[in-house]
Amino acid sequence: MEDNKAIICKDLTKQFGDFYAVNKISFEVAKGEIFGFLGANGAGKTTAMRILCGLSYPTSGTATVAGFDVYKQQESIKKNIGYMSQKFSLYENLTVLENIEFYGGVYGVPGKEIKKRSDELIMTLGLQSEAKKLVGELPLGWKQKLAFSVAIFHRPQIVFLDEPTGGVDPVTRRQFWDMIYQAAASGITIFVTTHYMDEAEYCNRISVMVDGKLEALDSPANLKKEFGVNSMDEVFYQLARGAKRSGE
Amino acid sequence: MNAVELHKISKTYDKGKLRAVHEVSFKVKKGELFGLIGSDGAGKTSLFRILTTVLLADSGSATVAGFDVVKDYQQIRNRVGYMPGKFSLYQDLTIKENLEFFAAIFGTTIDENYELIKDIYDQIKPFSDRRAGKLSGGMKQKLALCCALIHKPEVLLLDEPTTGVDVVSRKEFWAMLKALKEKGITILVSTPYMDEANLCERIALIQNGEIMSVDTPENIIKSFPTTLFAAKSENIYKLLNDFRSDAKVDSCYAFGEFLHITLKENGGSDIEDLKEFAAQKGHNDIFIQQITPGIEDSFIRLMQEKTQKPTH
Repeated sequence: MEDNKAIICKDLTKQFGDFYAVNKISFEVAKGEIFGFLGANGAGKTTAMRILCGLSYPTSGTATVAGFDVYKQQESIKKNIGYMSQKFSLYENLTVLENIEFYGGVYGVPGKEIKKRSDELIMTLGLQSEAKKLVGELPLGWKQKLAFSVAIFHRPQIVFLDEPTGGVDPVTRRQFWDMIYQAAASGITIFVTTHYMDEAEYCNRISVMVDGKLEALDSPANLKKEFGVNSMDEVFYQLARGAKRSGE
Repeated sequence: MNAVELHKISKTYDKGKLRAVHEVSFKVKKGELFGLIGSDGAGKTSLFRILTTVLLADSGSATVAGFDVVKDYQQIRNRVGYMPGKFSLYQDLTIKENLEFFAAIFGTTIDENYELIKDIYDQIKPFSDRRAGKLSGGMKQKLALCCALIHKPEVLLLDEPTTGVDVVSRKEFWAMLKALKEKGITILVSTPYMDEANLCERIALIQNGEIMSVDTPENIIKSFPTTLFAAKSENIYKLLNDFRSDAKVDSCYAFGEFLHITLKENGGSDIEDLKEFAAQKGHNDIFIQQITPGIEDSFIRLMQEKTQKPTH
């Protein structure tokens, strides 16, 4: 059942004592969809993402990611997803090639296949002359493009992007989104968080979390219509300004 | 007198191999709210560190509150409030202890300048016994601002105070800056968020260690050299690729729910021509309109001109 769904969540809840970090959230993400996961600081985004990535158990509710259960099949989830964040992505002291080989190896891509795919990847990114340079020497924009490529190197069904474009210049940010569109067009489901509201517009659908609950879920166009405003910035502001929580 | 002046400031790291900033010059007037707009690695933090006298430039000169950043560093340190990009307060001290500590260092008390921080401090006061390490991002930001203000500085230097902070907290923070400006404090603030540029009186756009433009946001937008169009259709990603293949299109990039397009040459029927091109490519629900550019459009344009020009 639900063959066309990459993620299905039903009443997903995570409690720390009497604190509901995530409070009965329900949503579905279609395969190949670009799904924006927004929320104010402390709304519970990180906790929810950790559950969906198989790093933390929910307290109650159900969820499947890539068809696997978040309670019983965490390892299968990890094998079938990719993850990239602004804070952690690549090893600065390894070269471009070494990083690719390392991640390919961790995710169990066969040696021959790693060689073939990394050659392709280096070509596509135009990094031929940088392949043997340390990642730490690359400009930030390149690092982020490489990090994204590495996150989908093992051809996962879903890739989770946690604020992937923080601090990047406006041109590079757009190049990054070109890559996201390409990946989505090839069938990879994109689950992305961002603080840039113009980027929220690039998503097929947006969810907004406030104080642990999912307060809105629709296409950017429908959300703007519903709230009677012209930008996602205003939608977000209206939803989040009443938030009581601001903790991490 | 200008509150901040930089004259051809250059700085390299790693024995000259890594260029951080190159011949940067601009002036911040007394009482001005001035924004330094650029992405990570543009050189913003190096400039802040030079202005706060904790880093020496390779060449060039700079003054803050009329004092030279090299010769008069002690005078400057008493006259500026600095909020570094990285949270740098004592995590093991409470809100109140941090504030008392910084007041004591500058030979003052919380009471003496309470008026200046009151509006901000009132928001975190209910948690004054909580350790700084246990605070949320928005609260840390408010505490850091209080600590930077406690000695009533003439010039406030804020390095990316709103990075990683959500839209609601960002709006609150800019409201605080505006209130501080009304009290006569000069503010130099950096940000990677282009939409915050409009909240400053004047801005400098910085990329790869060089200043691309210094002016009011209005003037920077006015100097956008060509006509800008917004476009969308039912398949925006295909439309992006299609327009990029149109020989008449100079640049085409995603911008929120629209694409922004500039043409190599403008004529009388640009909108109709673009519509016709999109229709030929099989698009439905085509929308094309001429629009006023924003700071982000200007920034992108300046970046592209820089990379197209041969290096000097």
